[in-house]
Amino acid sequence: MDLMSATMQGTTRKRPASTSRMLKALAFLAPAAVMILIFVFYPVLRTVQLGFQNFNLFDQLNVGYNGLQNFRNLINDPNFDRVLKNTFIWVFVSLFFQFTIGFGLALLMKKKFKFIGIYQGLIFIPWALSGFLMGLVWKWIFDESFGVLNDALLKLGLIDSRIPWLSNGNWGMAAVIIANVWYGVTFFVIMILAALQGVPTEMLEAAELDGANRFQTLFQVIIPYIRATLILIVLLRIMWITNFPDLIFGMTQGGPAGRTHIISSWLIEKLTLDADWGAASALGLMTMGILFIFTIFYLMATRLEKESGV
Amino acid sequence: MWNVLGKSGKFTVLGIWLAFTVFPIYWMGLTSIKPKREVNDLYYFPKSNATLDSYRVLFKDYAFGVFLRNSLVVSLLASFIVICLGILGAYALARYEFAGKSQVMLAFLATQMIPGLIALAPLYLLMQKLSLLNSLSGLILCYVGGQVPFSTMMLRGFIQRIPPELDEAALIDGCNRFTALFRVVAPVALPGIAATFIFSFVQCWNELFLAMILIDSEGNKTFPVAMRSFIGGYWIEWGSLSAAVMIGIVPTVVIFGLMSKFMISGLSAGIVKG
Repeated sequence: MDLMSATMQGTTRKRPASTSRMLKALAFLAPAAVMILIFVFYPVLRTVQLGFQNFNLFDQLNVGYNGLQNFRNLINDPNFDRVLKNTFIWVFVSLFFQFTIGFGLALLMKKKFKFIGIYQGLIFIPWALSGFLMGLVWKWIFDESFGVLNDALLKLGLIDSRIPWLSNGNWGMAAVIIANVWYGVTFFVIMILAALQGVPTEMLEAAELDGANRFQTLFQVIIPYIRATLILIVLLRIMWITNFPDLIFGMTQGGPAGRTHIISSWLIEKLTLDADWGAASALGLMTMGILFIFTIFYLMATRLEKESGV
Repeated sequence: MWNVLGKSGKFTVLGIWLAFTVFPIYWMGLTSIKPKREVNDLYYFPKSNATLDSYRVLFKDYAFGVFLRNSLVVSLLASFIVICLGILGAYALARYEFAGKSQVMLAFLATQMIPGLIALAPLYLLMQKLSLLNSLSGLILCYVGGQVPFSTMMLRGFIQRIPPELDEAALIDGCNRFTALFRVVAPVALPGIAATFIFSFVQCWNELFLAMILIDSEGNKTFPVAMRSFIGGYWIEWGSLSAAVMIGIVPTVVIFGLMSKFMISGLSAGIVKG
């Protein structure tokens, strides 16, 4: 992770670390560190414990270790395969459109134009909004009978009958992904635009002098130059989208009949509706495990690609 | 330079995206000012019978005033504490060298890889032990813990851009490290502090799941939790619901809109969204 190590190296001038300086530094750091230990790292450990326990919120007297039972129950759950498949579709289809649209918009916004500040401010809006509330907004837009989308599509003559957006599993997945693309493009515009502005103009001028056309410039000069940033933001975004049940929670609550659940919205359901905190924790651990393994392969794959010079 | 589409093509594409971005909010706003019996009527522009009745209902028949106040209190206090702790930590990470520093930084960054959802059950049990269930202070504590790592890293970035000579001059003038930080460094880093504060505020303002699990009395509900019970039934009254959504999103839209330039540079410098 080039960017991360870059952030870590950019520290101040080195000085011999005396004990008193170190104590001072620790005193400054202590309050933040204590909060993080209690509210971020301790919960991770507790989740590991809960994941191997029989733990129902309303039956707290009957708590005990049950080995891998929670994991077995999850894997044998008839919903499990579909939830995994939905998560995979949700993450990669959303990511594909967020990335390509975000990249395209960033390229168009690279050269400053009049009112670019206002434009940026406006397309920046989704970032500031609650995923849950926007889920409600999209639920209203996708409403089968009174939703504006079906109405507009009918009036434009693009469909003959109303699409059952939220009462059919496949249309439901399409609907939540459309909303998610709406929500997440901003992130890529901002990050990619910042990266594009770091590409030295001399490199672009040189490419132009060498007779490179626009696509050659893009794929042979610009993308290789911002590659490290792209790899990192895509990875962060994959993790983030996986753990983003808010939109789905607002739009479909995983319905109809669990058809639009992804792993994280299913976790919320286990936590709230079923009050089965052992299962919810096991599911959380599985998510972390899958993301961890994915990250290792992802980093290996992107590194290999670099070495072979593609 | 990079422009296959030509100028008009470029602005058409940008315009389409802008319309797509703004439309859902426009539509919600329009629904919220339609008279009750016209909520399901599909007309696309406001008519002269537009009304604020849907908004009035929220404050008259429901306690949305209380929910908004709770959200405001929680978000403001949590963000304020986050900034205080964050500045101290950021100063240590920006200005001191010490053994184990890179491990500490790594731990801060690693928090960004941990899904917040897995903390829900443990934090409930922790608050249960501390007798802080169903209280705004418990919620504030949890939010502070969740926001501190990212905010500290973001603030560190801003403090690093300030030359260390500035604090050294203050030390010679008789400040100690602590007063130098708050009297000299913090004022210079104020834009960065404001960006971090807003970022943290918006995160807290929008947070649903933790609040939903920790809070169960009507009087302590934050805005998103209230919205969740508001849609609880099978039947949704879209008129007042859209008004409520508008109330929930307008503050963050306004703050982010006004400060967008500022936030964009701050956030892309911080790399990650928490």
